[in-house]
Amino acid sequence: MRWLALIRPGDWLVAALGTVACVASVPLAWQSGAADKAVVRLHGEIFAELDLSRNRRIEVRGPLGVTTIAVDKRRVRVVSDPGEHQYCVRQGWLERAGEIAICAPNQVSVQIAGGKEPYDSLSY
Amino acid sequence: MIRSVIELRTTAEDHRIAQLTAAAIGLALIDAAIPLPLPGVKPGLANIVTLIVLARYGWGTAAWVSGLRVIAGGLLLGQFLSPGFFMSLTGAAFSLIVLGGAVRLPKRWFGPVSWSILAAFAHIGGQVLLARLWLIPHNGLFYLVPFFAAAALAFGIINGLIATRLLDERAAQSLPPDNRVR
Repeated sequence: MRWLALIRPGDWLVAALGTVACVASVPLAWQSGAADKAVVRLHGEIFAELDLSRNRRIEVRGPLGVTTIAVDKRRVRVVSDPGEHQYCVRQGWLERAGEIAICAPNQVSVQIAGGKEPYDSLSY
Repeated sequence: MIRSVIELRTTAEDHRIAQLTAAAIGLALIDAAIPLPLPGVKPGLANIVTLIVLARYGWGTAAWVSGLRVIAGGLLLGQFLSPGFFMSLTGAAFSLIVLGGAVRLPKRWFGPVSWSILAAFAHIGGQVLLARLWLIPHNGLFYLVPFFAAAALAFGIINGLIATRLLDERAAQSLPPDNRVR
């Protein structure tokens, strides 16, 4: 009780505001990082944006057929693709910002957005 | 050969600053010796001295004590001019700026506990800013902000209480009137 007597009324106010600041910092700090997402493109236009923090699977209907894309544990990959060479499927999991898998025959691509992308574009 | 004698004239104020800084350096060394799980989280015991100096001798003396403590503490811990030194310098500078405003709050309502909490938040705010701009230029750093904020609040309250108690005890003992500012 001797310690409590040392606290003046305004101190309670400041401590309360400090608590509010602490609580408010949780969603602010932890959402901005979780905003990482994968961008799925069809014909070069954005088809879907997948939140990497939520596991899910989507199907994209391209000119050749259905390309299946899955998000799991903050990574994304092309599960199946009707293309001949299966390059994008064999690329496996993408986890870093800027990584991209392109299923060219079916005109589908999936790229991890968020953070700083190490390059603007790649051409072969 | 002419002997030259260099004489440093020191005032009572200089002595006071030196004594208080010595106390703050001692606490800073203890601070550095306390192991804590998260890098960047420290109790900041030396700030108790800053708070007491601020209450009794004003902001100018507090700024001297705080600045000298950062430099001397850095030298003693072997981190002078290292990133850690600039982190504590930034923290101290931000705290002092906020304390300059905090002492102007009405004394009846806001005591050293308020100052301490505000200064602790300013301290960690400045450090996170410097770390983000310079040392760890990645937004992943902000994941730690809630922990830093919670630590600032907790240690801010604790240090403020200790400072208030020490101030009260000193005020209870009869002091020569020139030392009394309140």
